[in-house]
Amino acid sequence: MTDFQHRQSAHCESGVIANMLTHADLSMSEHMAFGLGSGLAFAYLPIVKLAGLPLIAYRMPPRHIIKTLSKRLGARLTTATYGSPERGRQALDAALDAGRLTGMQTSVFWLPYIPEQMRFHFNAHNLLAYGRDGDDYLLSDPVLEEAVRCPVESLQKARFAKGALAPKGLLYWVDDVPLEHDWETLVRKSILSTTRIIDSAPLPWIGIRGIQHLAAQVRKLDPANVKYNRLYLTHIVRMQEEIGTGGAGFRFMYASFLEEAGALIGAEALREASQKLTLIGDDWRQFALACVRWCRSKEDRGGFLEVAAILERIALAERALLKDLSLWSKGKR
Amino acid sequence: MKIDEVPQDHSSTYGGHCKLVYAVDDSGHYLTAQSDGWDAEAFATQLAVAELEAQEQAALAQWRAGQASPLRCLMYRYRLDELGLSQATGLWQWRIRRHFRPDVYRRLPTKILSRYAEAFGLDVAELVRYQQEPA
Repeated sequence: MTDFQHRQSAHCESGVIANMLTHADLSMSEHMAFGLGSGLAFAYLPIVKLAGLPLIAYRMPPRHIIKTLSKRLGARLTTATYGSPERGRQALDAALDAGRLTGMQTSVFWLPYIPEQMRFHFNAHNLLAYGRDGDDYLLSDPVLEEAVRCPVESLQKARFAKGALAPKGLLYWVDDVPLEHDWETLVRKSILSTTRIIDSAPLPWIGIRGIQHLAAQVRKLDPANVKYNRLYLTHIVRMQEEIGTGGAGFRFMYASFLEEAGALIGAEALREASQKLTLIGDDWRQFALACVRWCRSKEDRGGFLEVAAILERIALAERALLKDLSLWSKGKR
Repeated sequence: MKIDEVPQDHSSTYGGHCKLVYAVDDSGHYLTAQSDGWDAEAFATQLAVAELEAQEQAALAQWRAGQASPLRCLMYRYRLDELGLSQATGLWQWRIRRHFRPDVYRRLPTKILSRYAEAFGLDVAELVRYQQEPA
C-alpha cells in the first residue's frame, strides 16, 4: 500500500476510523468521525476500578464510535477476533498481503514506541497497519506524529494481552462504504443520540448526573486524607487529559465537530453551540488546574467546595447546551 | 482554549513526542495544534508513576528481607495491581495474594509460574531462579 497517508489524531478510535474512511475515498476528519459516531459522553463508574480508583470516562465505551459510525454510513466492515495468537498473526499478514489497510485493537503497555511513562495497561488502543517489512510491521498509530515500525513479537504481545477489554487479536477493515450521504439527516441523528446519552440516561453515574455525582464525590473528600486525595484528583485529571482527548475530555473535539457540521449543512445554531461548548471545555481545563493546584500546594489546602463548584457549573452549562441541541436536532429550532 | 494558549511545557512524560489538541483561533474557528506537554497533566502522570514506583520499592525491600515473594514487586514493576494481575493471569486474587508468601512461592509449579511470566513479559526461567534463591 503506497498511497496511504498517516494523519495524526488526538484520539485513537476516531482517528483510526477517520483515516480508514478517508483511505476508502470518503474524506473524513477525526472530529467529524467522533461527532457522527456520537462519541461524546460522561460516565463515573465506581464499580470498574483502575488502580483501585473509579473509572471516569468522557466518551462512549471502546468500539462505540466505529460501530455507530459505520452503521450510520452504511459501511461494511469485516471484523474478526482470534483464539490463537498464531492464527491472529497469519490473518494480519494475509490482510496486509492483500493490500488491506487493517485496523486493530491492542494494549498500550506492550507497544515499544509509546513513551515509557505513558505505558499503562489499557487494552482498547486502536491503530492501523499498512504494511510489513521483514520482522517489523509498518504501523500508523493515530496519536503519534509519524508512522512507526513495530517488531512482530511486540505487536503480538500487544494484540493478545489479557485482562479487562482484552483485544483478542481484533482486526477490522473497510470492505465498502457509500460515498453519497444525506449529511443533514446524519448530523441531526448523531447529535440527538448524544443528547440522549448525556442528558437522559436513567442512571445517576452517566452524563450530566454523572458530572454532578463526581462533584458530590469531590465535595465529600476529607481534606485530612492528603495521600488519597492527591491520587484521586490526579486520577481524574489523567482520565480527562492524558491520552487522546484533544483536551478537556473531548469537549473541544466535539465543539470542532459542531462547527464543521454546522458549516457543512448551513446550520448557524451549531456554530453557536460550538462556541458555547468551547467555553465549557475551558471550564473543564480550569477544573483540571484546580485539582492539580490542590495537590501541589504545601499548606492551606482548604476544602473542595471551589473545585466541586466548577463541576456543578459545568454540569448546568452542558445541560442547557444539550437541551438546545436536542431541540435543534428534532427540527424545533 | 485559544490557539496561543495551547500549552508547550516540554513535559518529559511525552517522551519527546507531541500530541494533537483542538483549539480556536481569534475568530472562534477550530484548528488543531501540536502540544509538547502540559504541566498540569504531566504532574498527574508523574504522580501515578511515582506511586507505582514507591509500591515497587516497598515490595522489593520485602522480597529482599524474605517477607514477600518477588511476584508483588514484579506486579508493581509491570504497572499492575492485584486486580490487573488476576485478569492477566486468570488466577483468583486470593491465590495471587497467597503466592505473595515466600514459602508458597518456592513450591509453585512451573505451570503456574509461566502464567505470571507471560503477564510480566518475562522468561519463566527467571521466576524459577528466584524460587531457588536463599530466603
